[in-house]
Amino acid sequence: MNTAAAKKAVVKDDAMNLQKEMIAENYHQLARAHQEGKKISATFVPGNLNELLMCFDFVRRLPETDALQNGMRKKSGKMIMDAERDGHSEDVCTYVKSDLGMMLQGEVGPTGEAMPHPDVLLLSYTGCFTFMKWFELVRQKYGCETLMLHVPYQGDGRINPAMRDYVVNQLKDKIIPALERISGVKFDIDRLRSYMRESQKAEEDLVRVLQSAKQRPSPIDGYFGGVYYIGPIFTAFRGTPEATRFYATLRAEIEERVRQGKGPVTPEGEMAEEKYRLVVEGPPNWTSFRDFWKMFYDEGAVVVASTYAKVGGVYDFGFRHDAERPLESLAEYCLGCYTNLNFPQRIDMICKYIDEYQADGLLINSIKSCNSFSAGQLLILREVEKRTGKPAAFIESDLVDPRYFSAANIKNRLESYFQMIKQKRAAAVH
Amino acid sequence: MSTKEIVARCEQLFEDLDFSAVKQWKAAAPGRKAIGYMPIYVPREIVHAAGMLPVGVFGGGDQLEVIQGDAYYQSYICRIPRSTLELGLTGRLDCLDGMLFPSICDVIRNLSGMWQILFKDKYVKYFDLPQTYDDATGGSFYVHEMQTLRADLARLAGREITDDQLRASIAVYNDNRRAVRELYAYRAKKPWQAPTSEVYLLLRAGCVLPVEEHTRLVRQYLAQADLEKRAQRDNARVVLTGAFCEQPPLGLIKSIEMAGCYVVDDDFQLVQSYLLEDVSAAGDPLEALSRAFLHHSAQTSSKYDEKKEDKGKFLLHQVKTRGAEGVVFAAPSFCDPALLERPMLQEVLAKHKIPYTAFKYAENTGQMAPIREQAGTFADSIKLWSAA
Repeated sequence: MNTAAAKKAVVKDDAMNLQKEMIAENYHQLARAHQEGKKISATFVPGNLNELLMCFDFVRRLPETDALQNGMRKKSGKMIMDAERDGHSEDVCTYVKSDLGMMLQGEVGPTGEAMPHPDVLLLSYTGCFTFMKWFELVRQKYGCETLMLHVPYQGDGRINPAMRDYVVNQLKDKIIPALERISGVKFDIDRLRSYMRESQKAEEDLVRVLQSAKQRPSPIDGYFGGVYYIGPIFTAFRGTPEATRFYATLRAEIEERVRQGKGPVTPEGEMAEEKYRLVVEGPPNWTSFRDFWKMFYDEGAVVVASTYAKVGGVYDFGFRHDAERPLESLAEYCLGCYTNLNFPQRIDMICKYIDEYQADGLLINSIKSCNSFSAGQLLILREVEKRTGKPAAFIESDLVDPRYFSAANIKNRLESYFQMIKQKRAAAVH
Repeated sequence: MSTKEIVARCEQLFEDLDFSAVKQWKAAAPGRKAIGYMPIYVPREIVHAAGMLPVGVFGGGDQLEVIQGDAYYQSYICRIPRSTLELGLTGRLDCLDGMLFPSICDVIRNLSGMWQILFKDKYVKYFDLPQTYDDATGGSFYVHEMQTLRADLARLAGREITDDQLRASIAVYNDNRRAVRELYAYRAKKPWQAPTSEVYLLLRAGCVLPVEEHTRLVRQYLAQADLEKRAQRDNARVVLTGAFCEQPPLGLIKSIEMAGCYVVDDDFQLVQSYLLEDVSAAGDPLEALSRAFLHHSAQTSSKYDEKKEDKGKFLLHQVKTRGAEGVVFAAPSFCDPALLERPMLQEVLAKHKIPYTAFKYAENTGQMAPIREQAGTFADSIKLWSAA
C-alpha cells in the first residue's frame, strides 16, 4: 500500500478542517488553563456531560480523545509499552495504558503542548466497566478528586423511571455541589438550559448529516468520515456556539453534495464509484486509520452507518437534549449511549440500519481493548445475518496498540468479503 | 460424616457439570424452581424467599470441553463466558428456570443480553448494583432493583414474596455467613487442619446445595476437621486475591499449597462472604439488604472506591487479621476488573512492605509447574528473607 502517497496529499472537506482546528484549539486551552487560573475537568465520551461542565467554566479534557489522537500520530505504541513496563497488564484496555503512558512520558499532549493534571475527574460510568478503573488509576497516581456518576445499564432494553431518578439524584445531590466546590462557580440552571438549546441545534444537524447516507450514492462515509463529524459533539464542544456553527456548515456542505450527486470525500479525494454499502459495528483502529480507510475506498466501499458514531450519544432515533427538563434530559442522554444498550437493542439498531440505509451487509471490527463493544459480537454477527439475510464479516484490530493491526490479514478478509457481497448480488439477480 | 467423606461429597458436587443436585432438589417437590447466578454477588435471600434454589454458576472448570461456547468469543475474552455458554447450549443448565447476571464487568454484562437471545424461554435479569453508597441515592436505586427481582420471581413462583418470608431468608443466610466466617477464621488459625483445597470445595458445594444444608455441612466439617490432627508445616501464610469470578482449577489451588503456601484468606466465593456483618432481620428486609451492601460489604475490584485512601484497605485488613505474610495475585487472563485493579493494590502493598507475587490463569489451565515454581519461590523468599 502506498501510504506515503496517501499522506502526501490528504484531502479534507471544509468541515473536516474546521473540526481539526477546534480540537487543536481545545488542546491550546488545556495547555494554558492553569496559567490562566482555569480549572480542568476530565470525563469520558459516552455520558459526556459537556453542558454541565461548561456551567462551571472547566476547560474540558477527554482522555479517550487524547489516546486516539496519540494513536493517529503514531505515539501510542511507546506509551502503551511504558505503561506495561510500569506494571499494567498486556490484557487490558490500551486507551488506559496510552493515557497512563502519556503521563509517564512527562505529560505532554498529542499536539506537543503541556497536558496538565485535571482538577476533577468526572467518572461518568456509562457503558464501560474500564472507565471506573481508569479514573481510579489516574487518581491513585495523581490524587485528582474523582466524582462517580453511576449510570445504570439498560439490561432490560429500556430506561425505567428509577434509573433516570437515580442519575438525576446523583447529579443534584452529589455531582453539582462537588463541581461548585471545586470550581468555585455557582450552578446556574438557566446557563445549563442555554447550552442545551445549542446542543439541540447541533444534534439536529448531525442527524441530518448522518442520515444523508441513505442517499445513493452516499455523500458521506459514516464511519471513517463519521469520526470527523462526531468529533466536536462527542467532545468538548457540544452546547457551544462553535459546535452549532460547525454542524450548520457541515450540513450545508453535505446537502450540497447530495444535490450534486457526489460521493464521500476520502483522504485521496472524492470517491468515484460507490460499489458496496456497509454498516460497521465497533470502533476504528486509530494507529493505521488512514491505511484502514484506504482498504475501503480503494474497493469502492462506503460505510453508510456505524454504531461507533453513536458511542457518545444516540440521536438518530429521536433523542435531543431538552432544555425544559435539563437534569432528566442529561440522565436520559447518558442512559441512551450506544454501549449502554443491551444486546437485543444493539442488534435491532444494526438491522434497522441495514434496512434503512440499503446496506449490502455488516462488518464488525472487533477491538481487543474494548470488551464493552466486543464481548459477544460473534452473536451479533449471526443474529444480523439471520434476520437480514445479508452477509456479515468479522475482522480484529485494536484501538491504539499498533501491535494489533495486521494490515495484510485485514485486507485479505475485506477483499473476500467484498467478493462475497458481489456473489450474493449475482445470485440474487439469477 | 468424616472430613474425608464431607470433602468427597463436595468434590462430587463440584465435578458434576450436570447439576444433578439441583435436579434432585427440584424433583423432590412439584413446582420447584431454581435460579442461576453468576459472580460476584446477588442477594440470594430474595430467591430463597421465593421458595426457589439459588444456584451459583461459576463456569465449566477444567473438565468441560468447550466447543460451542468458543464460537461466540474472540481469543482475547476470558474463559468463563464461553464455558458458561457451553453449559447452557449443551442443556446442562436446563434445570435452571432463570439466570441472574450481576454487574461485575462488561463481559458478564453482555452475556446477559446473549442469554436473552439464546435462551428465550428462560427468565434473565441483569442485576445492577449501585456504585454510589449513600442510602438516599444508591440505596433507593438498589432497593428498586431488588424490588423488581422480587416481583419477577413472585410472578415466576406464582405467589407473593412477603416481607416475613424475606426476613426469614435473611436469618437463614445470616447463619450461613456466620458458618462461612467461622470456617475462614478456623482456616486462618490452623491452615494445616483445613487446607484451602478442602475449604474451597466446601464453599463450592454452597453453589448447588440448599443454604440450610450447606450451613450444616460447613459446621460438620469444622467439627470433624478439628478432630483429625494433621501435620503442621513451615509454610508461608498468604492471602490469595483476584480469583473472584472465573475460578482457578482445583489443581492450581493444590499446587499453591504444595509449593509451601498456606492460603489464609481468598476471594474465590465472595457471594458467601460479601456481606461482612449480619443483615438485620427486623424492619424492611430490602432496606436491610441494601444497608448491608452499601455499608458493610467487602471491597472488590468491580466496586468503586470512593476515596483514594480506601484503595486496598480490605486487602490490608485481610493480611493483618489473618496474619498473612504475603499476597498472591491470581487473576484470570483477560479479566478487566482483576487486572486493572492489580497495580493499585500492589502499590498499596509495596507502601506497607508486604511482599506479593502475581500470575494469571484460566479455569482450564493445565500446566501447574510454572505456578508451583512461582508460588514456591515466593514462599521461600518470605521464609528466608522476610524481616521476621
